Parts: sequence; C-alpha cells; structure tokens
Amino acid sequence: MAFLNINRVTKGFGQGGRRTCVLRDINLNIERGEFVAIVGFSGSGKTTLINLIAGLTRPDAGVIRLNDLDVSGPGPDRGVVFQNYALLPWLTVYENIALAADNLFPNWSREKRRQHVERHLALVNLAAARDKLPHQLSGGMRQRVSVARALAMDPQILLLDEPLSALDALTRATLQDEIERIWEADQKTVVMITNDVDEGLLLADRIIPMTPGPEATLGPEIAVTLPRPRNRKALNHDPEFKRLRAAVAGWLLDAAAAKRRATPHRTLVLPALVAAGLGQSATPREAVIS
Amino acid sequence: MKISDRLISLFQTIGLTPLMPVVRLCVGEDPREQLAQLGRMIGLPLLGFGLFLVAWAVTAANVKTSIGTVPGPVQVWQQAVGLVREHQAERQREREFYARQIELKARYEKAFPGKVWQPRRYSGAPTYLDQIETSLETVFAGFVLASLIAVPVGILCGLSRNFYNAVNPFVQIFRPVSPLAWLPIVMIMVSALYTPKNPWLAKSFVSSAITVALCSLWPTLINTAIGVGAIDSDHINVARVLRLPWGVRLRKIVLPTALPYIFTGLRLSLGVGWMVLIAAEMLAQNPGLGKFVWDMFQNGSSQTLALIMVAVFTIGIIGFALDRLMLVLQQLVSYDRAAMR
Repeated sequence: MAFLNINRVTKGFGQGGRRTCVLRDINLNIERGEFVAIVGFSGSGKTTLINLIAGLTRPDAGVIRLNDLDVSGPGPDRGVVFQNYALLPWLTVYENIALAADNLFPNWSREKRRQHVERHLALVNLAAARDKLPHQLSGGMRQRVSVARALAMDPQILLLDEPLSALDALTRATLQDEIERIWEADQKTVVMITNDVDEGLLLADRIIPMTPGPEATLGPEIAVTLPRPRNRKALNHDPEFKRLRAAVAGWLLDAAAAKRRATPHRTLVLPALVAAGLGQSATPREAVIS
Repeated sequence: MKISDRLISLFQTIGLTPLMPVVRLCVGEDPREQLAQLGRMIGLPLLGFGLFLVAWAVTAANVKTSIGTVPGPVQVWQQAVGLVREHQAERQREREFYARQIELKARYEKAFPGKVWQPRRYSGAPTYLDQIETSLETVFAGFVLASLIAVPVGILCGLSRNFYNAVNPFVQIFRPVSPLAWLPIVMIMVSALYTPKNPWLAKSFVSSAITVALCSLWPTLINTAIGVGAIDSDHINVARVLRLPWGVRLRKIVLPTALPYIFTGLRLSLGVGWMVLIAAEMLAQNPGLGKFVWDMFQNGSSQTLALIMVAVFTIGIIGFALDRLMLVLQQLVSYDRAAMR
C-alpha cells in the first residue's frame, strides 16, 4: 500500500445549480520519502488539492489515506507550508516556531523544546533573526520561517502550497536550493504544488501535470531521473532536462489548448467593411470567439 | 540606537510629534528643514489660535445679551484664574478647619474626661477643580463598566454567527438612543434598586456612570466584533493544523488580532462617554462639570457666560487629553505601528 493514497477524489464548491466541480477523479499514490511536484495553471484547483490532503476540507467523493488511515481532519502529521506564509505577525520568528513545538510536544522538557526550535532555526539559516517580527523580514525569510515551523511539527508528510510563488525570481532560485538542501537532510515525503515547470524538475522525483480548471484532473506522471544534487547552471545544458521540460510544458500547453477548444464559444458576424477605392466585394465574414 | 533616535521614536509613539524637530535641531540635523517643520507644526496652529482670539475679542465686545456683554478671551482667562484661586482658598479654609478640630478635640477631652469628641466633616461646596475630579471619576467608572460589558459580548459576537444574529437587533436599536432619554429611566431604577444603608457612592454618581456606560459601550462592542471577525483564515488554518486547544487559540490568535480593533473601539467609546457625561451630569445633578455649567446658567450673574466658556474650554482640553491617552495605549498595543493612525 502506498504511503499516501488518493483514490477517485472529487471536490466541488457552490450550491445546487451554481455548483462548480473543481477537481474530478484525482488519483495519486506516493511512496515514503518521495518528492512529488504537481504542476498546473493558476486557478486549476491546486490549493484545493493541498487542502484536501491536509484535511482542511473534505472531498465530495473518494478517499484519501495516509499510512493506511483515512484523512478526516487537519493535524500535525501533515505539515503545511502556505502560499502566504501564515506567520502570526505578533510573534517573533522564535515564537512562531515554538508555537508548534510547545503545543505538539507538551511532555518534553523546556530545554528539549528549546533545542528543537533552535535546530530548526539553524536548519533554515535564520538563527540571527530569531527575535525579529515577521514584518521586519523579507519575503524569502518569512517563507523559511514557515518551512521551519512546518518541519518543527515533525510531520509524516510535508505539503508545500506554491511556497515560492509570492517571491521574485532571484529569491525563488535561492530558496529552491534551500528547499533541496533541507529535504536532503532528512528525506521527508513531500508534495509540492507549483506553477513553475523548472522548479518541479529541479526539486522533485516525480512531476505530475494538472489540467486547467474547472474539473481539473491529473495528467501522466513523469519520473525525473536526473541525478542529485541538481546543479541549476549545469542542468540548462542537460539534454534529459530539456526533454523532460519539453514533455511537461508541452503536455500542459496542449491541455490548455484542448480546454479552450472544448469550451463553448460565440459566433459574431463582423460588419462588411470595404476599403474605399480598392474595388473589393463586400461579404460579411464570421469570427469565432472562445 | 542613539539617544536622539530613541527620543524621536518615543515622541512619535506618545503623539508629541512637534518635539521631534526640536530633538533633531539639538543634534544639529539640517536646521533649516527642522525650523520649517517646527513652523508648520507649532507656528501655524499658534497663528491660527492667535487669529481666533483676536476675532473673538473683537466680535464679543459688540454683542450685548440680557446678562451683559459677551466676554472676550481676557475676561474668560480672568475667570479661569479666579476659579483656581477660589479652589486654593477653599483648600486653605479646609486645612484651617481640620486644624481647629484637633485643637477643639484636645480642649474638649481635657474638660470632659471620658467623653469622646465627635469629629465634624468640612461642609464647603465642591470647588471647580473638585468638580473636574468628579467628572473624571464618573467618566472612568462609566467607561470601565461599558468595557467590561462590551468586550466579552463583542468577542462572542465575533466568534459565533448565531450569537451575533441574536444580539444585532438590540445593538442597532439601542445605539442611537440619546443619553437624555436614558437618564430618567436610569434615575428611577437607581432610586428603586440602589438603597444601601451607608451609600459609598452618591445616587447621582451611579446614575451618571450608568448612563455614560449605556451610551458609550456600542463603539467598543461593534469594533470588538469586527476585530474578532477579521481573523485571517490562514491563521485559523495554522491553528487547525497544529490542533491548538481553545484557550491557546483565544490567547495567541483571536485576542492579538482583535486587540488593535478593541482599542480603537475603546478610544471611540471614551470620546462618546466624555460627551455624554456632561449632559448626564447636568440632569442627574452629579457634582461635576455638567452641574457647574447648569448652575452657572441658572445663576444668571454677569460672569455666567465667561464661566461657562471656561467650562467649555476645560471640557475640550480634557477630552483631547483623554483621546491622546487612548491613542498612546493603542499604539503600544499595535504590533505594526504604521497601521495605526
């Protein structure tokens, strides 16, 4: 049995006639210690998928099982790193991480909990910023605190909801390397949602594209067999990397085009305009808008 | 951090922003700019105030009422000084009275050994400064009572949609009611229910304080409810993932989010309460500034208008000071100073 098993999961929002189905028939199996990236367009329901795995919402149909137990609600065994960091602005960096440690390990001694928090601070290279408030930190630093807090929960599976979307490209690159380094340290099972194909190829063992919404579903799984550690500069010239990128991006773009073709469109009749003096006959033409 | 930086940051927090250029001038930072800022922050208001005084003096001398000419700034100032002197004279008389008491007590007990001298209380009328003190005590009593009711109810409203729907009609209906409408009801109820043998608080004090509370609890209640409702859904999700117990959620997420809103509400409530107080005191005859204004009006002497104007300025200045105090508290409580202004 796979470590994380998502079986025929469907989720929709809204009431009665206005109900939109966001995710349809999602199937996914993840083994322990794998790093899986799900790549998709904005608005395709990726955050909904993370919320379902985390237990923050319930699916309409289908089953999600972690370690052979049904997922029925949120819990610290599924650590979530939110897109907007979700740090408590009135607590310092240390206190934000300690929130996890103090509430999840009440039986530990104070010293043990302190060391646990310090270890995770060092893991994300933020020991110097431990007494700062979130509004005094840059976006990259805030995301690192968020990652440290999620890891301090000692989760069985780490869920990253577009963790780097809110950052500029250069900070994003730095943090991608950080995430890889942190993951190498204890090889947790990770499900990462992203909209960047390159990011998925750099970090993941498997990359799964997602069709655009509504009624999104997962596409074919593509194994990323590039050797670790992955050097960003060297990969730019790697033929396997280029092939994988072309495959994933191609599939996504084809899926988007197919979606556009499939959606209903209107036909407008354009007025018959003739350039004066060119002597062309005036026939109304049709334009198709999708 | 340098001392000058600390002082500047302190003055900004307290709200004494005109002192910031003064500090910078002392340090020698860009004197021209600092003098210009001082001109804007202190010079312009002073100029405006000066023009107002001149206009007042000129128009006042030309208006004649049934009690005499309308007083100008000079007469009002003289009356204010007079009130302070009166207060000091009264205090002096009180000290002399109690000193005489001690002396009389000694003579009595020497003449009639075995009997005990019954002490007499000084029975002078409350002075202007005493009345200011009474007003402040009343408004704080009413404000504290209002906050003790409004904050918990507001938190419940914010946390539970059902509770909010149940309470909302009352809030909307009772909020616009004037204190002058509440006061008769409050006074009748207090007369009926507040009948202790040795009343520590006068009935007029209790009536005024309750009226102030009734009128000033609405801003705090509404703002608290909004603050509790404004909790970020991401923070709630963090609480759910960590499975935080109810008490920790309240302390670490609900209250810190709501605290800036609560203090905004408290600040508004204090402002409303101070305004309501004067009207309540006038009718309930609580010996404070409201009663002072009413007495002066009933008096109809030649100094009445000037004295009432002194009261107007006093009320305004105290109201401003109270608002400033609440602003400072609000700043201290806010974790992101820039968001609070």
